[in-house]
Amino acid sequence: MPNRILEKSSIADGVCRFTIEAPKIAKKRKAGNFVVVRANEYAERIPLTIVDSDLERGSITLIVQGVGKSTRLLNSLHAGDELADVIGPLGHPTPIDSFGSVACVGGGVGTAEVLPIARAAKAAGNEVVSIIGARTKSLLILEDEMREASDELFIVTDDGSYERQGLVIDPLGDLIFEGRTFDVIYAIGPMPMMRAVADLTEPYNIKTLVSLNPIMIDGTGMCGGCRVVVGGKTRFACVDGPEFDAHQVDFDTLIRRNRAYAAEEKIALERYESEQVALLEGLV
Amino acid sequence: MPCQEADIRRMNFREVAIGFTEDQALLEAQRCISCKNPTCIAGCPVEINIPHFILSILKHDYVAAADIIRAKNSLPAICGRVCQQEDQCEAKCVNAIKGTSVGIGRLERFVADYQIDRGEFATPFIAPQTGKRVALVGSGPASLTAAGDLARMGHKVTVFEALHRLGGVLAYGIPEFRLPKSIVGIEIRQLENIGVEFVTSCVVGKTETVDELLDEEGYDAVFLGTGAGLPYFLNVPGENFAGIYSANEFLTRVNLMKGYKFPEYDTPVRVGKRVAVLGAGNTAMDAARVAMRLGPEKVYMVYRRSRTEVPARAEEVEHAMEEGIEFQFLTAPTQFFGNTGGWVTGMEVINMELGEPDDSGRRRPIPIKGTEHSFDVDTVIVAVGQGPNPLVQSTTPGLNTTKWGNIITDEAGLTSRPGLYAGGDVVRGGSTVILAMGDGKKAARAIHEYLMSNARFTNT
Ligand SMILES: Cc1cc2nc3c(=O)[nH]c(=O)nc-3n(C[C@H](O)[C@H](O)[C@H](O)COP(=O)(O)OP(=O)(O)OC[C@H]3O[C@@H](n4cnc5c(N)ncnc54)[C@H](O)[C@@H]3O)c2cc1C
Ligand SMILES: Cc1cc2nc3c(=O)[nH]c(=O)nc-3n(C[C@H](O)[C@H](O)[C@H](O)COP(=O)(O)OP(=O)(O)OC[C@H]3O[C@@H](n4cnc5c(N)ncnc54)[C@H](O)[C@@H]3O)c2cc1C
Ligand code: SF4
Ligand code: SF4
Ligand code: FES
Repeated sequence: MPNRILEKSSIADGVCRFTIEAPKIAKKRKAGNFVVVRANEYAERIPLTIVDSDLERGSITLIVQGVGKSTRLLNSLHAGDELADVIGPLGHPTPIDSFGSVACVGGGVGTAEVLPIARAAKAAGNEVVSIIGARTKSLLILEDEMREASDELFIVTDDGSYERQGLVIDPLGDLIFEGRTFDVIYAIGPMPMMRAVADLTEPYNIKTLVSLNPIMIDGTGMCGGCRVVVGGKTRFACVDGPEFDAHQVDFDTLIRRNRAYAAEEKIALERYESEQVALLEGLV
Repeated sequence: MPCQEADIRRMNFREVAIGFTEDQALLEAQRCISCKNPTCIAGCPVEINIPHFILSILKHDYVAAADIIRAKNSLPAICGRVCQQEDQCEAKCVNAIKGTSVGIGRLERFVADYQIDRGEFATPFIAPQTGKRVALVGSGPASLTAAGDLARMGHKVTVFEALHRLGGVLAYGIPEFRLPKSIVGIEIRQLENIGVEFVTSCVVGKTETVDELLDEEGYDAVFLGTGAGLPYFLNVPGENFAGIYSANEFLTRVNLMKGYKFPEYDTPVRVGKRVAVLGAGNTAMDAARVAMRLGPEKVYMVYRRSRTEVPARAEEVEHAMEEGIEFQFLTAPTQFFGNTGGWVTGMEVINMELGEPDDSGRRRPIPIKGTEHSFDVDTVIVAVGQGPNPLVQSTTPGLNTTKWGNIITDEAGLTSRPGLYAGGDVVRGGSTVILAMGDGKKAARAIHEYLMSNARFTNT
């Protein structure tokens, strides 16, 4: 399998977009699917959402936010490099039908995960209202793409450096209080954001789906490392999800499980950064 | 069998059993009396001509001995290490009746290693190409065996594996100190040499379906050897605290992702000071011994039945005990405790007693009320069994399964769909390497007959 990086560009501070040769995955993927990527022999296997695909080129698009060692390593690669493995499409596709009116809420890099859903919802004939947010202007991604995929787009930044100051739940709350109805809301972003959306929509009984991001290894239901608690039951996010009914999700357990390797993640990142420094110094 | 000393080996991942020297092998081979009616062969699911290969050892022709094994078993260096010989060939050896069986497995390992060390592989006979193509799903021992046999019968075969490394449980489950991964690699290369093609990182049911393999990619038959990789949990309170792993996750982190070499390799694995492994099968034994090598103070093995019912191989249990693993028999977990950070800190267990035999013939464990007690642990590895992964079954219409999701086949491995065969753990549930290989062998024969008969063309 090729897994060659065909194109790479930076789309925001620490966020890169990759076009990767993966013809079989391109052919199969649907909104909501993800791939598991292993950059090289030493690397972890990490899950990344398939943002887009191009059947003619046989390629998929991934958008990666450099948060730790594995994602920064990916973001240091260039067009022409090859990834050791790209596996997928994994997970259940997002259930999309012509529901009527849907809201797509993306926070941070979650916007990349929400974009294919917004597009699919639009293509299925829904009225799509999107809300995207970022901590600050330089971290905002996919504004044009989201605008094109939506009937209405709201943008917020935590620090007010661009458009409305606030959190994604602010415009969403306003719309709901104004009496706008949504048949379904898709919300993807940092865990606190998804939880806030769930808390907001629950009293109104609005069907809300969130895409959970537990730590995964195989992504095929073999390890149980990605287990999440939904409706009191243990589910494997990689095969039973990654999307679940937001009102049933036990966010506390998920947040705690995701912190399990904080110490090791720190070691890995520091080691990676000192290697990068050594590499640079070696070059001068 | 010579072994590394227990208190040295529990600190490293090098192979525990060192293997026979030539002299030891010759001495052991002399114990075989070359029976006229060798009962041992009937005990080997792939029917190796045991006295014949032992005779070659006595003639000091070790490569020839290895080739005699290879005629029936394409993975001798693996079987020589992990086969449950004591329940198979060695159980049927005439010497076993009077005393100790001939060490068939060890001799098998000796000649296989000898051959590998010298790289003297005979060019196997390959039948003229038939033009038929077979896809094998999964790369565990069942598929590898079927692949080797089908390739020798002249078919073009491709193995599709979901993970990035080949070998199934041999790669991700059984640890380096019992089965060096280089050995698995060498045996797989022998298959590549006879034309078997391997595709890794391809999840059948996701990347492509069985029907696409048959209808779009032009395969004439498919063999499903997808194993039993879905981990079961206990469903007791607190099971989702961090630090509670399924054995699959723990072993995958260590074996497949080389977590024991973190941070050289990126995937972390953490064992604290006190580890509890739940279960007592081969998987539990491996998990406990791997955990021991990561340097905790204590490793407990918590099992709800007694020593007599332990399902793991006797040799592995002895090795585990020698390495300092503490067994707590007749004990079952009832709940786990964790700290505010969400990491497991302890578990509560209850004592058990054995009642009447259950369906499996083993005496049923019954909790003794009021015996609940707790102890501290900071890592728990759940090894209480696993079932078949449903990815292929749920995307293949018309494929019949049991209520546990195991694929139903006839004696020869044929499923409810023509042209679709299955074998190994996906059919049997958790079983053994050699039984999976036996299934692969039988299925290869059936697939060959199917491909060479005209039946399938009259139907279409
Ligand atoms: C189904 C799915 C789809 C995803 N899609 C994307 C995507 O399209 N783009 C993208 O940039 N990221 C995506 N992620 C998150 C991405 O997988 C993680 O950011 C990545 O694994 C972190 O690895 P690291 O070594 O760089 O960081 P680490 O050093 O491992 O972690 C850094 C920080 O990220 C947190 N973290 C660790 N693992 C995860 C995780 N799996 N998810 C979220 N946070 C994590 C840690 O708690 C830590 O605080 C997705 C995750 C899932 C489960
Ligand atoms: C830790 C452990 C220790 C063991 N020790 C011993 C021992 O000492 N002796 C012994 O005889 N037996 C032992 N066993 C049992 C033995 O390993 C199994 O019975 C045997 O490996 C089964 O072989 P298999 O070919 O059916 O499947 P597996 O070896 O399980 O291989 C199945 C393969 O299929 C792949 N796969 C699954 N689904 C898909 C899909 N949809 N698409 C593509 N690929 C897929 C999996 O990734 C896997 O690689 C042990 C098992 C474990 C877990
Ligand atoms: S393959 Fe296993 S059962 Fe057969 S002879 Fe070798 S050790 Fe015995
Ligand atoms: S039964 Fe034992 S003694 Fe007889 S041929 Fe087989 S290995 Fe040799
Ligand atoms: S990532 Fe292993 S089961 Fe989901």
